Amino acid sequence: MAISIRDVKCSLDSRPVVDGISLEVEPGDLVAVIGPSGCGKSTLLRCINGLETLSAGEIKVYDTKLEAPSKIGMAEFRHRAFAVRQIVGMVFQSFNLFPHLTVFQNIALGPEVVLGLSKDVAAVRTEQLLQKVGLIGKAHSYPDVLSGGQQQRAAIARALAMNPKLLLYDEPTSALDPTLVHEVLRVMKQLDEEGMTQIVVTHEMRFARDVADRVLFLEDGKIVEIGPPEQIFGSPQSERTRNYLRHFQ
Amino acid sequence: MKIVKLFLYILMGGLGQSGGAVEPELRWGADMESGAPYAYRSPSDPSVTVGFEAEVVAALAEELGREPKFFQNNWEGLVEGLRRKDYDIAINGIEITPDRERVVRFSRPYYYTAQALAVRKDHATIMGLSDLKNKKVGTLGATLAERILRQQAFALEVVTYGEEVNLYGDLALGRIDAVLLDAPIALYYAAPNPQLKIVGPPIGEMRYGIITRLDDEELAIDVDQALGRLIASGKLRQILERWNLWNALTAQAWNLPVTPLDPPTAYEEYIKTAWTKPGLSARLQQYVGFLPLLAQGAWMTLKISILSMLLAMLTGILIALGRVYGNGVLSAGCLAFVEVFRGTPLLIQLFLIFYGLPHLGVRLDPFFAAVLGLGLNYGACEAENYRAGILAVARSQTDAALALGMNWRQTQRHVVLPQAFRLVIPPMTNDFIALLKDSSLVSVISMVELTTIYGQLASTHFDYLGIGLLTAAMYFLIGLPFVRLSRYLERRLNTSLQSVRR
Repeated sequence: MAISIRDVKCSLDSRPVVDGISLEVEPGDLVAVIGPSGCGKSTLLRCINGLETLSAGEIKVYDTKLEAPSKIGMAEFRHRAFAVRQIVGMVFQSFNLFPHLTVFQNIALGPEVVLGLSKDVAAVRTEQLLQKVGLIGKAHSYPDVLSGGQQQRAAIARALAMNPKLLLYDEPTSALDPTLVHEVLRVMKQLDEEGMTQIVVTHEMRFARDVADRVLFLEDGKIVEIGPPEQIFGSPQSERTRNYLRHFQ
Repeated sequence: MKIVKLFLYILMGGLGQSGGAVEPELRWGADMESGAPYAYRSPSDPSVTVGFEAEVVAALAEELGREPKFFQNNWEGLVEGLRRKDYDIAINGIEITPDRERVVRFSRPYYYTAQALAVRKDHATIMGLSDLKNKKVGTLGATLAERILRQQAFALEVVTYGEEVNLYGDLALGRIDAVLLDAPIALYYAAPNPQLKIVGPPIGEMRYGIITRLDDEELAIDVDQALGRLIASGKLRQILERWNLWNALTAQAWNLPVTPLDPPTAYEEYIKTAWTKPGLSARLQQYVGFLPLLAQGAWMTLKISILSMLLAMLTGILIALGRVYGNGVLSAGCLAFVEVFRGTPLLIQLFLIFYGLPHLGVRLDPFFAAVLGLGLNYGACEAENYRAGILAVARSQTDAALALGMNWRQTQRHVVLPQAFRLVIPPMTNDFIALLKDSSLVSVISMVELTTIYGQLASTHFDYLGIGLLTAAMYFLIGLPFVRLSRYLERRLNTSLQSVRR
């Protein structure tokens, strides 16, 4: 099991945002998480790599188990969250590229600083990734001169440079011009075909239907329905799922 | 951390330079800004210390078989500098008073004198002390003259100054009505001035003594005996006569005739060089002559400013990180540092570090104390700049760095601080220029930098305008490259920071 989530709760400003979620993800799966704004999708994602602090339950990512700091202590929580982030990559809605570094430097920074690779080895890896996401010509541009689609592809390459076992995407295409969405989705689809485990919070229903192995519909911090895309989009079991999906037809 | 090493290296260099062996040297302290006839920069060769006291020290050192070594200090700090052991004797028109005798030891008097009252030539009504009722009278602070004026039964306004030259200048301009000062000062600064005159008989009586530390009895005895020999041999009298200072009070005290034997050659020389207004080309030539000395001062100013700024940046970054990320105790401690160092005057901090700490057994070298004082004071300002810079870097940047698997230190080093740095370049440049100018304050802890040299030259030549402009230009030129550098960095770095931050 790549990820095993049990009864996870998370509160922001003492408001329960994630309210008892359980989920298992097999290696190589692509799980799409859908649901209305404020339903807790992003927070769930940020709990998985420890950017948010869970208040109850447990999240096991491969061999590392995250639990509430009230149970294991804040220092131990930080320690384990750090361990999780060594094998989990994340892609953000607004890219969060480092504006003071070129695309090349953005991608090479992690391997050099975190993995301790030599400049040369990191450069080879960076070149390969630039090739993969189709940004070879933009290597020495700064993020602010790139289009949104290019920036997001660079951000994916940056995450991939750390050789993660798992990638988390927090609405990766929501900030993009509609005409640029496909270029990002294409990269994600390719990664899925290569066997990468991915959890994608998204509003791209067609992508969820075509590429996801399972789809998770979340509302008010709880799972309303989970199943293969054919079930969720073809014959949803819940009235609430049907109501939500109606907006996308 | 290369910067830290460089910093320590230069600092050690600074320490090495100003430490020194004690033995065959006779280390004497005085303030060259106190002017003629005491100790001042020679008008003909500004790199040489001259004055009747410099000659007394030379004669004394010869008697003692030692080499005189001059140490510059502010007049107000002479006693404290002696107690700090920056030098072993101080001689600078220091009047023997019971107050001072409690903290230092005085030699037998090497000169007896009185106070002289100076007024404008056109002022006919002031003939003596008793005519000063309701008048504005200027004098130097903490002198016998000030005490005499304050003791008068009638009302008068006492204005205290730091410089003799300014006093007589203001008298000539009509800002004050009279000046009461030591007779030697009046002789050199009022008598030659065509607009001024000295009125009435000498007032009061005062004795100048050489000070030594209370626990340095051996040297005190040596100095007293040497002075005795100099008086007996007529050497001291010769010096005083050359400087036109031989007077009835001194003659009487030593049982010698009042009529001088030798002509006042040193006095005449001084009046000739300092009181004749040079022509334009002579003046320009004079300014060129000042340049090496001013450059020396500028170099010291630059050295102190750069090292202080490096210390301030280092302190600032640590304090800022402590403030933003520290736990309750650390954060509060860092805030306290900022409040204390930002909320108290730099001058007081310098005094505390230089003259206060020795009482607790910590005796810092002047250069080190100057860098420490300026560095910590500006560190408090930098800390606030950097804190603002760090807070301005969006949280999403930290998220991205952490998500990449960076630890806290790597996140700061590679993502937050480089972005924060760009944001604080303009305020930091501001602070550096301010620091450059504030570095003139370290003259109070005996550092000889640009402003000290300016004061010494200006008071010797009564040229506060020309030398002042020259000095101001030097400060401007020192700061200019840094302003340029900052603009260049801003332009270069900001090309990559135009994207919208969230």
